[in-house]
Amino acid sequence: MSAYDHVTAARANDRPTSVDYIKRLFGDSFFELHGDRRFADDKAVIGGIAELNGKPVTVIGLEKGRNLKERMARNFGSAHPEGYRKALRLMKQAEKFHRPVICFVDTSGAYCGIGAEERGQGQAIAENLMEMMTLKTPILSIFIGEGGSGGALALAVADEVWMLENAIYSVISPEGCASILWKDPSKTAEASECLKLTAQDLFKLGVIERIIREPKDLESRIFDSLKNLIADTFEKKAAIPAEKLIEMRYNRFRKF
Amino acid sequence: MPDFFNFLKPKNELENQGEFAENHPYIPEELWIKCPVCKNAILSSDLMENHKVCTKCGYHFRLSARQRVELTVDENSFAEMDADMMSTNKIGFPDYEKKLRNAKISSGENESVITGSCTICGEKAIIAVMNSKFMMGSMGTVTGEKITRAFEYATENRLPVIVFTVSGGARMQEGILSLMQMAKTSGAVKLHSDAGLLYITVLTDPTTGGVTASFAMEGDIILSEPKALIGFAGPRVIEQTIRQKLPKDFQSAEFLLDKGFIDAVVQRKDMKSTLAQLIRLHKENDEGGAAL
Ligand SMILES: [Zn+2]
Repeated sequence: MSAYDHVTAARANDRPTSVDYIKRLFGDSFFELHGDRRFADDKAVIGGIAELNGKPVTVIGLEKGRNLKERMARNFGSAHPEGYRKALRLMKQAEKFHRPVICFVDTSGAYCGIGAEERGQGQAIAENLMEMMTLKTPILSIFIGEGGSGGALALAVADEVWMLENAIYSVISPEGCASILWKDPSKTAEASECLKLTAQDLFKLGVIERIIREPKDLESRIFDSLKNLIADTFEKKAAIPAEKLIEMRYNRFRKF
Repeated sequence: MPDFFNFLKPKNELENQGEFAENHPYIPEELWIKCPVCKNAILSSDLMENHKVCTKCGYHFRLSARQRVELTVDENSFAEMDADMMSTNKIGFPDYEKKLRNAKISSGENESVITGSCTICGEKAIIAVMNSKFMMGSMGTVTGEKITRAFEYATENRLPVIVFTVSGGARMQEGILSLMQMAKTSGAVKLHSDAGLLYITVLTDPTTGGVTASFAMEGDIILSEPKALIGFAGPRVIEQTIRQKLPKDFQSAEFLLDKGFIDAVVQRKDMKSTLAQLIRLHKENDEGGAAL
């Protein structure tokens, strides 16, 4: 598969979204929480509390929606500042109640628009980066589809970052890269190669800890093994004192 | 995907790279300079005397990092750190070496930021100044590393940090490693902040993208030069996304002040004394408490 094949797969409309992962991993135990307590409830971010093998976890996901109606309601998974502030509120809540945080990342990027700028898109993302770095509870981020730049990173200052085999993570979209580099947005395939945005490339660069293999039928077994993998990881992280955990998280990003 | 979807689909926020290419004049050596805003010709010596601010309309010309340091710190007090650190092409991006070479020649610098210790009206501080002449102040690994080291040094030595930002955002040629600098620098800012130390950011024209979405917006106190363009996405990207013209002064320093995202807009001539005053107000005594 070429890098661009991964881009296409990551963006495919029939790909499971955060809602699907939440349903399959946590079932009826997921209780959704809404709003950032400051401005609004951003539907591009879904969040709540759930049970994972009997233990409480905070779950946050960037949600693109699964059909046109949902996609419009969820702004195609592109969050406004209130979405990132809602995510941070839930992370702070997780810290208070000593439960780990799991983030599902699937976004082409943070939204660019008048309201987003007026309400401080840059400030909202910056605050998440800062606060996540010293959050006193384990954080795991799983890239399930697209990981578009700062809007993805705002949910990925984590102790571990995992990626689905066909997920991508990039500082700029291949289209944007191609139009700047070659003044030709159609050269997306070449740009995809240059950007090193596939899970394999990112694993080699030390940006992610794990690649989750995607079976042909993504609906099947992946969820059971993923569930156990997450539970095991949280169990190991829970044994690490908070101060040490934060030091390890700092060093995880300090190395770049 | 039908066109309808593409129409609705938001654009990536960092596609504003290159949007602020060299269309703003720096101070050339000529006798008369034309102001790009009011179009008046101003005597070069008058402009220099006026801190490179237009004597007719108050437009703040862009400054190089060295010029900025010169205007801000006490004479001969700047001791540069990590001056020789240089970027390499870590992900093998096409033509990146050539770009770096050209940036070094046109800016006379090794990277898009210079860092060091200094005094400002006698007050000790760590200062980092970004440079738009070096690849539009984009954030490469070395940019992030120098800023991170500056913060770590300041934390260790209990010093305030002043950062002058100017940036088109992430550096595409370093791919994901550029994005990682946002997290790395934010981590260093957080540890400095948790140690109870002062961080002041001064936003200058333009500050956008990954720099806005990290250390530029993380100051205890955020200042800006007048009329500076400050945003997450660049105006052209936003216009392409929403398919309408943006209102006048949208994303200006004054707009951000009004929306509550910066503390004050400060004239260039007042910047040094303002910084000194703010540092003094946060000075620790020997017991580690406030000096007052
Ligand atoms: Zn003028």
